[in-house]
Amino acid sequence: MTTAQGWLQVGLFCALLTALTPLLGAYMHKVFRGDAILASSAGRVERGFYRILRVDPGEEQDWKAYARSVLVVSLGSWLLLYLILRTQGIHPFNPAGFSSGPADLSFNTASSFVSNTNWQFYAGETTLSNFSQMAGLAVQNFVSAAVGIAVAIAVIRGFSNRSLSTLGCFWVDFTRALLYVLLPIAFALALLFVSQGVVQSLAPARAFTSLEGAEQAIALGPVASQEAIKLLGTNGGGFFNVNSAMPFENPSGLVNVVQMLAILAIPAGLTATFGRMVGNRRQGWMIYGAMFAFFAAAVAIVYAAEAHGSPAQHLAGIAGGNLEGKETRFGMPGTSLFAVVTTVASCGAVNAAMESLTGIGGAIPMANMMTGEVIFGGVGSGLYSMLMFVILAVFVAGLMVGRTPELLGKKIGAREVKLTMIGTLAAPLLALVATAAAIASGHGLRSIHNGGPQGFSETLYAYVSQANNNGSAFAGYTGFVQPNAPGNAGAFGLTFADLLGGGAMLAGRFLPLVAVLAIAGALAGRTAHPDGPGTLRTDTATFGALTIGTILLVALLTFVPALLLGPVVQGLTDRMFR
Amino acid sequence: MTGQTLAPPQHDPSAAPGEPGRDGPRRRARSLLEPAILTTALLDALRKLDPRRMVRNPVMFVVEVGALLTTLVWAVQALGGEIAGAGDDPAWYTLTVAVWLWLTAIFGNFAEAIAEGRGRAQAATLRAMRRETLATLRDGGAKPAGELLLGDVVVVAAGETIPGDGTVIAGIASVDESAITGESAPVIREAGGDRSAVTGGTQVLSDEIVVEITQRPGESFLDRMIALVEGASRRKTPNEIALGILLAGLTLIFLVVVVTLRPFAGYAGTATSIATLVSLLVALIPTTIGALLSAIGIAGMDRLVRRNVLALSGRAVEASGDVDVLLLDKTGTITLGNRQAAEFVPMPGVSERELAEAAQLASLADETPEGRSIVVLAKERLGIRGRELAGLDARFVPFTAQTRMSGVDLGGVSVRKGAGDAIERWIEAAGGTAPPALTTAIERIARDGGTPLAVARDDRALGVIHLKDVVKDGMRQRFDHLRAMGIRTVMVTGDNPLTAAKIAREAGVDDFLAEATPEAKLALIREHQAGGRMVAMTGDGTNDAPALAQADVGVAMNSGTHAAREAGNMVDLDSDPTKLIEIVEVGKQLLITRGALTTFSIANDVAKYFAILPAIFAASYAASGDETATGPLDALDVMDLGSPRSAIVSAIVFNALVIPLLVPLALRGVRFRPLGATALLRRNLLVYGLGGLIAPFVGIKLVDLVVHNLLGA
Repeated sequence: MTTAQGWLQVGLFCALLTALTPLLGAYMHKVFRGDAILASSAGRVERGFYRILRVDPGEEQDWKAYARSVLVVSLGSWLLLYLILRTQGIHPFNPAGFSSGPADLSFNTASSFVSNTNWQFYAGETTLSNFSQMAGLAVQNFVSAAVGIAVAIAVIRGFSNRSLSTLGCFWVDFTRALLYVLLPIAFALALLFVSQGVVQSLAPARAFTSLEGAEQAIALGPVASQEAIKLLGTNGGGFFNVNSAMPFENPSGLVNVVQMLAILAIPAGLTATFGRMVGNRRQGWMIYGAMFAFFAAAVAIVYAAEAHGSPAQHLAGIAGGNLEGKETRFGMPGTSLFAVVTTVASCGAVNAAMESLTGIGGAIPMANMMTGEVIFGGVGSGLYSMLMFVILAVFVAGLMVGRTPELLGKKIGAREVKLTMIGTLAAPLLALVATAAAIASGHGLRSIHNGGPQGFSETLYAYVSQANNNGSAFAGYTGFVQPNAPGNAGAFGLTFADLLGGGAMLAGRFLPLVAVLAIAGALAGRTAHPDGPGTLRTDTATFGALTIGTILLVALLTFVPALLLGPVVQGLTDRMFR
Repeated sequence: MTGQTLAPPQHDPSAAPGEPGRDGPRRRARSLLEPAILTTALLDALRKLDPRRMVRNPVMFVVEVGALLTTLVWAVQALGGEIAGAGDDPAWYTLTVAVWLWLTAIFGNFAEAIAEGRGRAQAATLRAMRRETLATLRDGGAKPAGELLLGDVVVVAAGETIPGDGTVIAGIASVDESAITGESAPVIREAGGDRSAVTGGTQVLSDEIVVEITQRPGESFLDRMIALVEGASRRKTPNEIALGILLAGLTLIFLVVVVTLRPFAGYAGTATSIATLVSLLVALIPTTIGALLSAIGIAGMDRLVRRNVLALSGRAVEASGDVDVLLLDKTGTITLGNRQAAEFVPMPGVSERELAEAAQLASLADETPEGRSIVVLAKERLGIRGRELAGLDARFVPFTAQTRMSGVDLGGVSVRKGAGDAIERWIEAAGGTAPPALTTAIERIARDGGTPLAVARDDRALGVIHLKDVVKDGMRQRFDHLRAMGIRTVMVTGDNPLTAAKIAREAGVDDFLAEATPEAKLALIREHQAGGRMVAMTGDGTNDAPALAQADVGVAMNSGTHAAREAGNMVDLDSDPTKLIEIVEVGKQLLITRGALTTFSIANDVAKYFAILPAIFAASYAASGDETATGPLDALDVMDLGSPRSAIVSAIVFNALVIPLLVPLALRGVRFRPLGATALLRRNLLVYGLGGLIAPFVGIKLVDLVVHNLLGA
């Protein structure tokens, strides 16, 4: 049963998020207009950055140059991370003496963190050294998030009515996203987390004897610092295998709420930044509204489904909803909310076992990802992916008001439609093809833990999550086998799953990213047509509803057959599968 | 607009158009179901199955490939062979699917063929008038009309057909242009001025003209018109290309959805046959809009031709839907061609009757519309009857540019009317002085936007006639209509700003350009365009040509000069400047129809999923050991369809039938309502979005009732 207290918790969270959005949006608007900061004494660090990078902050890049810079940074990051993972054995801060990662797993992990996915085939505390966590993963958590924000800002510039046909300078946007948005907020969050009991230590694992008398070692590490950016940058890669369900990552109900807000803060705030940058705040609110409507509906369904329990549980005589795989300190609402927050945003942090959700409760997180991560989505990527759906909506709807379609006064032509199709269809196509390849081959079936529809769900969830750069998992699906041996001896990756997933993450990240930059490049410098009574206003509730419908139809029509065979079957039957 | 009788004789009589939306002198509207067109269209539809043609429309090409594939499977089944893709389908099922897939492809071709057929029927009428005539060259000799070259000069006498498009360089003649305009009253064509263009195929009724040919062989107006209505020179418009990409993208994703469904279903232990998967694919891809897209475009052009507008490219028609600003000439468009007397203002000590009598006398021999309007006003206001001047010893003094006045000398008395300063000088020359009241009255009238015409008898000023521009009936409603469509109207006039402002207010236009020169018009258009607006303009004179060329939509009057006709991207055969309203409506309709059918097509997919997916997965994950048991997904069969196979067949039958059912809508176009964009969007979303969501649930269920219950599938 859902409770009034539970709904109140959900409502309070929604109110907090909505209140935070314009504040952070305005702040980011100021940051990326940022010349005032640059000139002031606070800009000393920023100016230093440009001197090192040999960048003239006033220089503008067209979309190609901008995309090239993004790719250069990402490729450099990928190589660096891959190198760190592969040579882990010789690095310091490795109290447990973990060996270097195998090639296939390292490929998957490097692709995962550079693409802001943070899909984890490995378990952090039994695979990675503190050095790999800090210098490898945490750095990429910052870099990939800053890349996403920078691209979103560049895309907004293309949509806005500037007279320039360029998109700004990547190095400047990237630096500002790091210096003024991610670092200070992450720092404050880390302090808050430490104060609430999140671990921050370089000490080796603490050994103790449990109540049953078993000898056990609990890993420690620089958790709080990584936890903050894991959430803020919608990265989601936990220090520990069980992610935010672990008390050392997420100790209390309060921290749980702060974590969820941290996940959605920047993606939501960027909608307001968008509104300000295009000179129409209502436009920003329309996008926020469309995202929020999806979000609210998803939370309601998951909470109701989990509180109701599954047919199989009812058959077994278990009443009172589905508590399997949930932390009692977060309860049904705190878990349902987190499951939705983490999947609407492309975060992927989890505070419960997603696999243990009910059929319908598990279908919703999947469906959230299947929308292409546009319901708030990843930092930056959520907004720019959403804008592509807005283009689709405007294209069809614009026709229905009797004008050739235009968005914010700019005509949408064949080139933009083509790029939008590439940008919006890349992730679903990748997800479907990868799932089919995995489900139809013996190589892919090796990764599945459970049989029947649950095994299908695991596979589908894995590739939908990776292709859409989410990173959360139905825990069963594996790409790395670890015998319980000291130093990780004898561990090996499942090459098929590692490479397929890694490829899906990279393509799912960079195809839409380049496509949307190309769209922005095409729109930039185009004269905006002034609004008249005959032009379709895109800042209205009607248009918001249309955008929702477009996203829903595209996602639904693409994934319904797959959803039917996985979670829906489970939601409709009380049969137990192997 | 109609019912005005004051049009001057040289005014093109065909410039009396019908009201927008109501049928004026229109081309005969053909019934959709005219048997001759239908038969040809059916044959064409089959001919269009040629894959080399089909591949240009990716959506329908996929349908054809699917039909072929299913047919092959059936052929193997029918011959008793084993084929993996058939699953446990009975042969009748495969055949039924194959037949309906072929029908889907044929229905799509049929829609296009009907649209083309209607155009071709029009072209045939046009072609019939392209008679081979022998042209008489001015330099002597003759050659067949078809061999005339650019720059040839021909003489056309009464009763002869004008051999080609050209400009009259000498003479004046009345010409019957009914062949291309459908208007039976003859028009005047004369050398010089704005009515010098003639069209090949039209007939000279009286007099003789010398025409310089301005076309290359085979590129006449008539040739272009035929090519246009036949759709031969049809190229995809930018928006059509963009929409095509969208549809191709959707087709691609559904192709992947269906291809990946096979391994997905295989994992669940459910077999899927080729016939079933192809059915699902064809049901999902946007066949409705894919099949009707080109018919919509052809029909749009056709609707314009029916309104006697010739668009020289589809791009221009599309652009007309986007027009934001409309430039209209004042004279002849907003106001009647000429000013009319509205008031007599007598000087102190002069009665109105005295002034009116003198004014009437001075105007009796004045055949200009202004002159006649003075006579009419004198009669209407004061009952002063017309007099016969012939019997009296009257000498008429005509207007000249030097004197700037006209009048009459009658029995020693001279009456003059004319520009204020001219009359003042005349009075002073006669030894009198103009009273200050004259200047005051003249200034007042000018300030009110009228034209003052002073009247004097010998050395005495009698008063002033107030000539006014008369705004045509119904203009205000038309501009309100345009405003509701989101279009600003700008009146362009050579008048001074005061006069212009007055008329602009009276007519209800949004803005005006006074003292307009060709340069000023061009600059105004460029200024609007720089602000991102789409500008439409109508014009007829040679000096309009640069502006017509610069405008995004330039509508040249058929009565205009050759230069104007070449510069514009549309020609209005009725020479009705307010025709732009209808052109814009056709452009908007075209876009709305595309958007509405796309939305409908995609929204349909939801119901088709509900029909087909439960059918495919009815037995998936059924409790083991029971052969006939249904699995959990059978619960999604919300339509309660007869059997899995009946469900699939019903879905593709519905999918196919919806195409011919929507052909009339595609050809007629979705009505444009000037409600404002958001209201229009809401309305169309409700009708075509929500309608598209619901309609197939009903349709598929109905088909299923027939297929399952009557045919026993």
